[in-house]
Parts: sequence; structure tokens; C-alpha cells
Amino acid sequence: MKEELFISGRNIPNIDPYLNIWHWQIPIYLYLGGLAAGIMFFAGYFTIMRKEKDMETAVKWAPFLVPAALVLGLFALFLDLKHQLYFWRLYTTIRLESPMSWGAWTLMFVTPLSMVWVASYMKELFPKWDWKFDILNKAEALAIKYRKSMAWAMMLLAVVLGVYTGILLSAFNARPLWNTSVLGILFLTSGLSTGLAATMWMSKSKYERKVLSRLDLIMIGIELFLIIHMLMGFLAASEVQIEAAHLFLGGEFTVVFWVFVIILGLVFPAVLEILELKGHHVPVWIPALLILIGGLVFRFVMVEAGQITRFLY
Amino acid sequence: MRYAMAIDTKKCVGCSDCVVACQTENNVPHGYCRDWIVENVAGSYPNVEIEIRSERCNHCDNSPCVRCCPTGASHIIEGGIVKVTHNECIGCGACIQSCPYDARYSHPDGYVDKCTFCDHRLAKGQSTACVEVCPTNCLYFGDLEDPNSDVSKALKNREWKVLAPEAGTKPQLYFLT
Repeated sequence: MKEELFISGRNIPNIDPYLNIWHWQIPIYLYLGGLAAGIMFFAGYFTIMRKEKDMETAVKWAPFLVPAALVLGLFALFLDLKHQLYFWRLYTTIRLESPMSWGAWTLMFVTPLSMVWVASYMKELFPKWDWKFDILNKAEALAIKYRKSMAWAMMLLAVVLGVYTGILLSAFNARPLWNTSVLGILFLTSGLSTGLAATMWMSKSKYERKVLSRLDLIMIGIELFLIIHMLMGFLAASEVQIEAAHLFLGGEFTVVFWVFVIILGLVFPAVLEILELKGHHVPVWIPALLILIGGLVFRFVMVEAGQITRFLY
Repeated sequence: MRYAMAIDTKKCVGCSDCVVACQTENNVPHGYCRDWIVENVAGSYPNVEIEIRSERCNHCDNSPCVRCCPTGASHIIEGGIVKVTHNECIGCGACIQSCPYDARYSHPDGYVDKCTFCDHRLAKGQSTACVEVCPTNCLYFGDLEDPNSDVSKALKNREWKVLAPEAGTKPQLYFLT
């Protein structure tokens, strides 16, 4: 028998008996950040590959979601802050050791960039669109001229943003479930996959959907591999991480993790996409929606479960 | 200078005077505390061992809370004391997540709060509130680099441990066992 009791009556809200400081806002923010990164990455990629004509949705239409996702995500993050009037302090300093500082600055560049990208396609997509002011027309011409440079910047920043959503968690050594370097690349992959799913859903071209769905299958494969990789890493690590892995292997998050994230969020949509590529008719919204929900549940599970894990002493 | 505290687990009776003294001295809001008592019972009757610890922020040498703070509100002052500047804190909770000892809490006013080793008292040449009130004198505070400080003398003659050294934070609370 071994038990530990607090006798001072310590029962601090959101800390005792276990940590619960980050609520729904953080997983929503991480999810939307990943989704935006996924859409931006492939918009940039297909532009650089000169596929604007074939991959019209990925390059021109899906990026409309990006500013919306980023603004919503930032709003969720703002709601999470407990000292909200001081949020501007994020931008009075650059702290290289702090992932959150990296994220704040990345978003500072990514959000306007994504808006400029969308704006540069306004006239092409909506012929009646008028910028009203001459200076805006000139700015648009400039944006169109430098579209390729913007595409490179978007790809690069999308990777930083996607990896950051994972590193934000993995930098905390006090929460053993998060403290794995796999998390950065895993969240990036998951973000790319959700970005592809959203684009696929929007696309009306058969060819484009086929290309996107193939890419998505690769992402799902990598994601499954990384998740197994992560769990194996935990099981081979110290006691606190073994316990962390057991939250998914028999513990309280087992069902939600395996049913909603692995099976319904990854394996089942992958099967549907393979069937579609083989020529069976599968409505595209089914795998797309499953992937989008799976990614969201994954963020929620990781944020919730991670806060339960801790060092024992 | 390196401030540190030693806690004699054999002398501590878990009266919580240190907790109340801290709450009073530092105006800690109702329902919160910057230090607390842990009673650790191990074994089964009749072979039971009990360890009582007065815990607080470890003012770690390698402090993850300072590293992860996006605004620099968490910082280290002279003597290795980890402090939070209230009007730089945005309340993001990163430092709370990063602490293996759960020593930080979100103050109802929004910012993050924690033990300061009573630096306002140290500036006046006094010791910390918890040390001053301890009825069993089981808390020793002082400068580790000074061999004649209370904490250095306590550590010299006794066996001690730190909590969760594997977290790699180099904590500065020493528990005499």
C-alpha cells in the first residue's frame, strides 16, 4: 500500500487533484492551426509545381479557409488567456526558448500572408470584384507578381506552424505524455492530412480529388506509423511515460483514442479512399469529414490526457 | 548567492503554520496557497512509514517555467529566486504546465502566482514567513554558497533528497531524511 495525502487542504482550482489548466480552447486552436498549415502547405506546393490550373481548389479556393481558421484559432487562444488585457506582451519580446513565443510570432506573419494570398485571387475568382482604391489595385498587382515567392514562404511557414502546434506540447517535460519529440512531426502530418481532407471536400474536379486523396493516403500512413512509434517510445522509456502510454492502452482514454482517432479518424477513411481510387463510388464528404473529426478528437485527447500525466514523487 | 531551503521531514509535524503564515504575509487569495503540506504514508499496518513535507516552489536552477514563458514575465532574480512580473504575465498557463511540482497557480486576478521565497522580507534582512513561524524549527533557509548559513549547516550533517530529480530541473528544496 502506498498512498499520498494532502493534509493542508490544498485544493487549488484546476491544479488539484490533477492539472486541468488548458480546456477546449487549446485543442481547438492547435487543430485550426494544423488545418490552416495543411491547406497553406499544399496551396504553396501546387503553385510551385505549376499546377494552378489542375489543382484549382487547392491553390485558389481552399486558402479562403486559412484566414478564417487562423482568426478563429487565435480567438480561441485569446479566450484561454487569463490575463487577457496583457496579451500584447507577446509582441514586446522574442523569446527563443519559448515555443509559445515562436508560435505567436509565426502567426503574426502567417495570418497576413494568408490574407494577401486570398486577396490576390479575388479578381480572378470573382470577376465583378472591385478593390475601390487605386492603392489596393497596385498592391494586388504586386502580390500577383510575387506569388511564387509567397508560395515558398507559405510552405515554409506552414511547416513551422504545423510543427509548432506539436512542440507547444512536447516542450513540457513535466507532462510525460507530451514530452516526446515525435509530437511535432506527428501534429504536422495530422495537420497536412486534415488540410487535404478539407480541400478534397471542396473540390469539384475528379482529377484533383484523386491527386489529393492519394496524398492523403500517404499522410495517413505516416501518421499511423508515427503514432505507433510514439507509443513504442513511451513503453521503452521511464515509468512516468509507461504510465502515460497506458492511458491509451487500457486506461481511461483507450476507447476514445482507438475508436475515434485510429479507426474512425484514420483507418476507415483510408479504406474508403482506397475503394474510391479503385473505382467504387464513395461520396467524398464521408472520408473527408471522418478525417476532420478524427484530427479534432486527437487534439482533444492529447491535451486532456497529457495534463493527467505527471512526475511521481 | 544561491538561496535554498531545507525541510526536516523528521521534525515536521504537518501543522500547516507555514501555509497560513504565507497566506497572511503574501495576501494569497482564499482557497489558494503558495506552500502546502504533503503527508506521505507508505507500507501497510503495522509496518507503516510516514513522511511529512512542507512543499513550495523549488526555485529550480534549470527552471522550465522561465524557459517556456512567452513574454519573459517569469524570470530569475538575484539568489536564484524565480519570480513572476504580474503586469507582463498574459495568463497563458504554459509555466503551470511546465512545472513538475505544480507549484504555480492561476491567481483570480488573471496572472500566475507562486512562492517568492519572500524576497520582500529578505530585502529587509528578515527570513521567509514560513521559516519564521515554524513551531518545530524544521525549515532552514539561507544562502547555499555561504557555509555558515542555516541551510548549509543543515545539509552538512544530514542525509537529504530532492523531489523528482529525474525531471532535470535542479530543484533547490532539500528534504532532510
